[in-house]
Amino acid sequence: MPPGITLAADAPELSAANTGFMLICSALVMLMTPGLAFFYGGMVRVKSTLNMLMMSFISLGIVTVLWVLYGFSLAFGTDHGSLIAWDSDYVGLGNIGLTQLWDGYTVPVYVFAVFQLMFAIITPALISGALADRVKFTAWALFVTLWATIVYFPVAHWVWGTGGWAFELGVIDFAGGTAVHINAGAAALGVILVIGKRVGFKKDPMRPHSLPLVMLGAGLLWFGWFGFNAGSWLGNDDGVGALMFLNTQVATAAAMLSWLVYEKLRHGAFTTLGAASGAVAGLVAITPSGGSCSPLGALAIGAVAGLLCAMAVGLKFRFGYDDSLDVVGVHLVGGIAGSLLVGLFATGGGQSDAKGLFYGGNLDQLGKQAAGVGAVLAYSFLASAVLALLIDKTIGMRVGEDEEVGGIDQVQHAETAYDFSGAGGGTAPRTTTAVPGPQPQSAASSAAKQKTKKVDA
Amino acid sequence: MKLITAVVKPHRLDEIKEALQAFGVQGLTVTEASGYGRQRGHTEVYRGAEYTVDLVPKIRIEVLVEDDDAEQLVDVIVKAARTGKIGDGKVWTLPVETAVRVRTGERGPDAV
Repeated sequence: MPPGITLAADAPELSAANTGFMLICSALVMLMTPGLAFFYGGMVRVKSTLNMLMMSFISLGIVTVLWVLYGFSLAFGTDHGSLIAWDSDYVGLGNIGLTQLWDGYTVPVYVFAVFQLMFAIITPALISGALADRVKFTAWALFVTLWATIVYFPVAHWVWGTGGWAFELGVIDFAGGTAVHINAGAAALGVILVIGKRVGFKKDPMRPHSLPLVMLGAGLLWFGWFGFNAGSWLGNDDGVGALMFLNTQVATAAAMLSWLVYEKLRHGAFTTLGAASGAVAGLVAITPSGGSCSPLGALAIGAVAGLLCAMAVGLKFRFGYDDSLDVVGVHLVGGIAGSLLVGLFATGGGQSDAKGLFYGGNLDQLGKQAAGVGAVLAYSFLASAVLALLIDKTIGMRVGEDEEVGGIDQVQHAETAYDFSGAGGGTAPRTTTAVPGPQPQSAASSAAKQKTKKVDA
Repeated sequence: MKLITAVVKPHRLDEIKEALQAFGVQGLTVTEASGYGRQRGHTEVYRGAEYTVDLVPKIRIEVLVEDDDAEQLVDVIVKAARTGKIGDGKVWTLPVETAVRVRTGERGPDAV
């Protein structure tokens, strides 16, 4: 998060324009989580579509509650030792005035809190893509709760909170390359090394069941990402938000193209999944860097990220870890690429005065970026692996093998995503007993029986 | 009587139908089918991971004809179905013991 915008010598006043802009940005970022759900949901097999959607959706529930209770305080309260924050005024989001401004900005604390909440929601949801088909829903819900508390809130403070060590060191992470994408990608790697591969990994075909859903999800992500990125300046008084908006579009386009070209040369076709994945890779990479590079820099960052991520998604087959939907390949690799490239492409205009190597700077900024990347990667990887291990040893992380093969939707959610039984002309009316065992006959069910009798007669 | 069965590429159906009509064939049966021959389906690529899809869509055409016409009709179908590319399909004939037109009860060649 950038240092405060001080437009005049006087203390900032509430800006209706910035406040309205930020509320819209927050809503855009909220839309990214359902978008992510569809992006992931289309990539799994039919039998686990709902579980994939739910793993994202539940984050909207759990993290929101945590955020009100103590999350905002842990991430954005008063600094304690550069590692964690706390402010009892923020507990329960109480003791905050309606027009009380976020320190140094022109928007209310509530606006900042709600905008940051959306970031906190999507970050754990990102991890779920690596865990497709095989994790108990209760274990996942518990993991989200603990992970948000122990990993996300502190890391958000390091990177964006006043007094956080990475923030004070001068690590540039405009909208979350480190706090969101590297954090989620490293966590995904930590968890999958603990829980292991899907049954049939590398043997059974695990083709995406609906590429249109993947494209819909990628489109929603792309759209919502404008709020994610352009909103991270908390206002648009000086054009930095607009630069970020433009760079978001430019890098995403470049990454989509470079992924597709790589794919055509390497595998012979321009695929839909490649276009969607390349776009997401570009969005990830521009997130930390877009406020500090030029549009031409964004073009280069996007192109490099698209290429690197396209190459990285094959690593799971080489090394044998089952990163089901390539969270490591896209978010970790894309996040690292974007965060480090700041050290090369930062122009010294825009968000920060720091100049990258290509713009008359030296290797200083690259070193700072590497420190931020390394620390978040290591902490998130280790803490997530330990959390997964703890949950695995207590309530167990995985569903049974037969349940996994049969389909996690049925077992964990008592639902299936699609009803194929009526395909080709519908089915005859049937009376089904929803609850087994004897029960009083309801008026509705006896009416249905009478109706059936009439048809029979 | 003979039964000619042809399993061919779906997009050649119109050509085959026209060729059969030009020859004077009165009726035929078409079903959707899937399967593979020597080419073994096709490959799909998802983020670099390749999947072999064995069963590819085909259509199956069945025509009941008199013995004298069978050989010539096979040639007609083969000519209409051929694209020269792999996966064009196969045509074969079987002897038929009897055939009955349901509406009139006619039997044998009269029912064809």
